[in-house]
Amino acid sequence: MDKLNNEILFSRLKDRFPDTILNTDEPYGLFTIEVDKSHIIEVLEFLKKDEELQFIYLTDITAVHYPERDLSIGVVYHLHSFVNKLRIRLKVFINGGNPEIPSATVLWKGANWMERETYDFFGVRFLDHPDLNRILNMDDMEVFPMRKEYPLEDPNRVDKKDYFFGR
Amino acid sequence: MTNIKLGAAPPGVEGAGFFATSLDKVIGLARANSLWPLPFATSCCGIEFMATMGADYDLARFGAERPSFSPRQSDMLLVMGTIAKKMAPVLKQVYTQMAEPRWVIAVGACASSGGIFDTYSVLQGIDEIIPVDVYVPGCPPRPEAILDGVMRLQEIVKNESLNRRNTPEYKALLEKYGIQTNNG
Repeated sequence: MDKLNNEILFSRLKDRFPDTILNTDEPYGLFTIEVDKSHIIEVLEFLKKDEELQFIYLTDITAVHYPERDLSIGVVYHLHSFVNKLRIRLKVFINGGNPEIPSATVLWKGANWMERETYDFFGVRFLDHPDLNRILNMDDMEVFPMRKEYPLEDPNRVDKKDYFFGR
Repeated sequence: MTNIKLGAAPPGVEGAGFFATSLDKVIGLARANSLWPLPFATSCCGIEFMATMGADYDLARFGAERPSFSPRQSDMLLVMGTIAKKMAPVLKQVYTQMAEPRWVIAVGACASSGGIFDTYSVLQGIDEIIPVDVYVPGCPPRPEAILDGVMRLQEIVKNESLNRRNTPEYKALLEKYGIQTNNG
């Protein structure tokens, strides 16, 4: 068997999921695929449990907000196959008004806190997550601060008002 | 011969074998020279405070020999470092657990105004949640600056009313912060 690389990985995925993979890219050598949210758990499960691929390590789950797009929230998964020394990135774009996606806690227990963090900062609701609440910000915060419609700065700041700088 | 300089006595009436002054002044002098600090250190200003407590700068010279680490037995709360909003209720609880009379020094830019952390997760100065007596500027301030802040607080303590806790201004101030004041 050849050493697993991005091309072999892509053909394996293409064989197994002929219609599911929407887009592929390889920025800086990191193989990246885009998947629909209804198939993300299937694809993750295949990558994790396939005897050859063995992407057993979930490096991170996070999100990106693109306010100008129709599907404005991109949920990003990073997986690592230790035995093959290979990484893969999966992106799922979902509706920003009602961001819901199945939870990956069915595959990795460690997804629990990553999904809580993503919920905390972007408001993405992971369905069937065992305990989806804020993890880093204070509990009574009312916004999801990494979404672009909310200001980064604190409104109570007094010494950065424009008139102090002649603006 | 010793080169230790004694503090000046408060103004009063002196005669053979007696010295009379007002109780306010004596108590103020006693309080000012035994301020027990409660260090609430969350970041680099706390490191400067460690130098301040160390032998070179020696905060103990000013009667602050015993860092308390318990709010119940301390007079001077030193808040040193960035206070995240999630930490704010903890800081407020520490302050309310301190017995009167109590004073607060905000050490460094973060505790005074949020500093460089103008962001959604950081408290923009601890005076949003508790009253502050002295602000020490610097990022972080040198130990000399912290000592200067403590000496300024000593001046406040010497000159303020013995019963500050019962003055209507003080009660109004605490009520503005939502802190209970029914302490007799």
